[in-house]
Amino acid sequence: MPATTDALGAGAGETPEPPGRTVLDARDIARALTRISHEILERNKGHEGLVLLGIPTRGVGLAQRIAARIADTEGVAVPVGSLDITLYRDDLRRHPARGPQPTDVPPGGIDGKTVVLVDDVLYSGRTVRAALDALADLGRPAAVRLAVLVDRGHRELPVRADHVGKNLPSARSERVMVRLEETDGLDVVRIADRADTPDAEGAR
Amino acid sequence: MRKHLLSADDLTADDVHTLFATAAEMHDVQRREVKKLPALRGRTVINLFFEDSTRTRSSFEIAGKWLSADTINITGKGSSASKGESLRDTVLTIGSMGVDALVMRHGASGSAQQVSQWVDAVVINAGDGTHEHPTQALLDAYTLMRRFGTGGRLGSLEGRHVVIVGDLTHSRVFRSNVVTLTRLGARVTVVAPPTLMPSGVDAWSREAGFATSYDLDEVLPSADAVMMLRVQRERMSGGFFPTSREYTVGYGLTRARLGVLGPDVPICHPGPMNRGLEIAADAADAAQSAVLEQVSAGVAVRMSVLYHLLAGEGVA
Amino acid sequence: MTHGTVLIQGASLLGERTADVLVVDGVVAEIGTPDAPAGARVVDADGLVLLPGLVDLHTHLREPGREDAETVLTGSRAAAVGGYTAVLAMANTSPVTDTAEAAERVHDLGRAAGLVDVQPVGAVTKGLAGEELAELGLMARSRAGVRVFSDDGRCVADARVMRRALEYVKAFGGVVSQHAQEPTLAGPTACCHEGELSGRLGLPGWPGVAEEVIVARDVMLARHTGSRVHVAHASTAGTVEVLRWAKSQAEKDGTWAVTAEVTPHHLLLTTDLLTGYDPTYKVNPPLRPAEDVEALREALADGTIDAVATDHAPHARHDKEHAFVDAAFGMLGLETALGVVATTMVETGRMGWADVARVMSTRPAQIAGLTGHGRPLAVGEPANLTLVDPATAVVVDRDASVSLSRNNPWHGRSLTARVRATLLRGAPTVLDGALVTSADDTEGTPA
Repeated sequence: MPATTDALGAGAGETPEPPGRTVLDARDIARALTRISHEILERNKGHEGLVLLGIPTRGVGLAQRIAARIADTEGVAVPVGSLDITLYRDDLRRHPARGPQPTDVPPGGIDGKTVVLVDDVLYSGRTVRAALDALADLGRPAAVRLAVLVDRGHRELPVRADHVGKNLPSARSERVMVRLEETDGLDVVRIADRADTPDAEGAR
Repeated sequence: MRKHLLSADDLTADDVHTLFATAAEMHDVQRREVKKLPALRGRTVINLFFEDSTRTRSSFEIAGKWLSADTINITGKGSSASKGESLRDTVLTIGSMGVDALVMRHGASGSAQQVSQWVDAVVINAGDGTHEHPTQALLDAYTLMRRFGTGGRLGSLEGRHVVIVGDLTHSRVFRSNVVTLTRLGARVTVVAPPTLMPSGVDAWSREAGFATSYDLDEVLPSADAVMMLRVQRERMSGGFFPTSREYTVGYGLTRARLGVLGPDVPICHPGPMNRGLEIAADAADAAQSAVLEQVSAGVAVRMSVLYHLLAGEGVA
Repeated sequence: MTHGTVLIQGASLLGERTADVLVVDGVVAEIGTPDAPAGARVVDADGLVLLPGLVDLHTHLREPGREDAETVLTGSRAAAVGGYTAVLAMANTSPVTDTAEAAERVHDLGRAAGLVDVQPVGAVTKGLAGEELAELGLMARSRAGVRVFSDDGRCVADARVMRRALEYVKAFGGVVSQHAQEPTLAGPTACCHEGELSGRLGLPGWPGVAEEVIVARDVMLARHTGSRVHVAHASTAGTVEVLRWAKSQAEKDGTWAVTAEVTPHHLLLTTDLLTGYDPTYKVNPPLRPAEDVEALREALADGTIDAVATDHAPHARHDKEHAFVDAAFGMLGLETALGVVATTMVETGRMGWADVARVMSTRPAQIAGLTGHGRPLAVGEPANLTLVDPATAVVVDRDASVSLSRNNPWHGRSLTARVRATLLRGAPTVLDGALVTSADDTEGTPA
């Protein structure tokens, strides 16, 4: 699968392997997602009422993988969709306008459901805040939970993830880069000094 | 994308595709219960309409409000010249109120371009005299691309034959559309009696790559889309055509001509329609008529324009 | 200003021969190598060209009525700086110059300013309405001695009225200067040459034929009435063709005459400048395409067009800061006319300085019947003189203008040649390129 440029215009470019050191490889990612899938089912006491919403770009692929694992375990396809937060960001004024990505709510909607938001990296918490706002305009879930592949700390808002693939202590001067098969052609999470990496990566 | 949207020529094909991708997302918002996005919270958009236009003004107003911008309408009938105040003084006064965008409609060609040189705000041309109406061209192209696509996805205008018929001399819709449509790969033919062709159209069409014709019946069978323009009855007194009856016979989309069009050929009209003059009721109300889709597309496209020109405004 | 003695040293007369020129009491006293008399003001004219003082057939001074745009005094200053010693002030003031009293008022304001001879143009019809003849005879008999009549700004569109005006002015050797614009083909909103650009810009078209049909009609009326018609601001190749034919006929017949003027802007600026909708370039008749500009240059060089006339049209800033179709017509011209003619006609080798003297002084003075202007550079002639530096290029700065207005289309352009000195009947009005301010000039320099 060819590498594609993500919404942030990040420089995935021609080199699939980003700089820095590997924190999670493909097998680590797979294991983490399997664990998260089980945690979600456990916490929800089954698959009833679950809706998975990935936050574009990479949260969408992660949500689909989690849904696939749930289907393996439960034999049921839980609804999966995407929730774009571009238009809800609190820093719109500080960047050139970006086009929104699709928001795709599954046919059953979210009213009264348990919505699990899925994203790749949890950092400042601002994306999650925006996602909660976006969600409120779409309906009224019974509960909202948060699943992330990596929690790198440095929260700026009172936000906590319910399900975490890996807690990754990092410095603000570092970048955490998640690469996924669906969007980038390979599965890996790496960490590197900001100076060594292309611009506008892992900002959240 | 440039700071202002003054002419269809300000947008590259890439810009148009970017605007349309966003417009498609905005279009989905129209179907939600809560039709509100916070993207332009705290931004002020003034709809400065020197000329009456319920349709365009309310479309921009809804677009601004659904993006949470503070949207204010200012209407000034007649030219500022007749009131003794210069246009520059008028817009400087309004611009000084801390406005982020001026959506401007004015009866004089080029006025939006002039105003953009005088104020700091982003200027969006909502129709300047007989010059341009770029957001109308965007919504027309967007409407056609939705028609040519499947399952809500946008199709392509590449190689499609779009026929624009009517009072071209006085039409800003035509002037913007010919730019946007050709830029997106469509083959455009404009049809009008010689008296309603813009002056110098031969040289212009050669350079800009569109075709002209006086004969609607010759052009119609190969049309992939038809765009009918409003013809003002007052043009008769200017000697542009003898009677409305004669105009309809030559250039109206009559029931007979509707039969020549394929059932999938969209019929557009920027409105307001003169039923019975340039478009028969059968054509206006036909299943293939895109008139109402144009209106809903108008809001989505204008949301997209406001968002892209305003959201990151001030960023180098 | 005192009528003293001035010695111009080393000037090139009409660019043809170098001599010193001694001016005594407003008259050319000696040409050759005269000694400087005691007390004479010596003007070093080494490398400069001496011309007869320029005469403008077409100036708008805006007084009375729009003194915020220009006055007779400030317009006279602009004229002097531009090398002029006489200007014809158009009648479309408020009130209109359509009576003897109004004409005398303008004439007297000009004499009071004392920088150039301001010669009023009388209206052809009352209030420029195009219906009834104004008091042409009384204006002719007045102290102002009006000889040129024009409804400029408007066309005398009614053929019957035009015919009567042409007939009537024969009694006192008058001439009708026609603003040729058939109003049914180019109405009041027409503001862009009709062609591809007007079509693209969506601006009301002003087709060349609207001028040409009036010029064609008027030359036939002049022939029919045995009178004199003058075509103001000719702007198209079609007009040139009609003029060429008409002049050949008039010469054959010997009983009637047609003359014509072209503006500096129609010799250089073209329609494409309107692309940015800048009202600075809005003028009537409109700027034309390059083919017309070329035809006008050729016609000026070969004498088909007799004269260059500025159509200097000052406007207050707020009258230009409207949407293009709503803004006022007109542009400044007095201070830059010579530079434009030098750039377009002399530098290109189409004309010599003697030709410049012909089209900017001699012929305009003859057309207007100004006997004291446009005279040869000869002993005994009135010392209305202009000294030009032919080689220096000047970048025009609108803020350096002495006009009250700033609607200057030449701003930022480089023009060849600049006026170094102007003498009105021997009295310097401009020296070293700057106005000579006299002690009795209490109004000061305009901001």
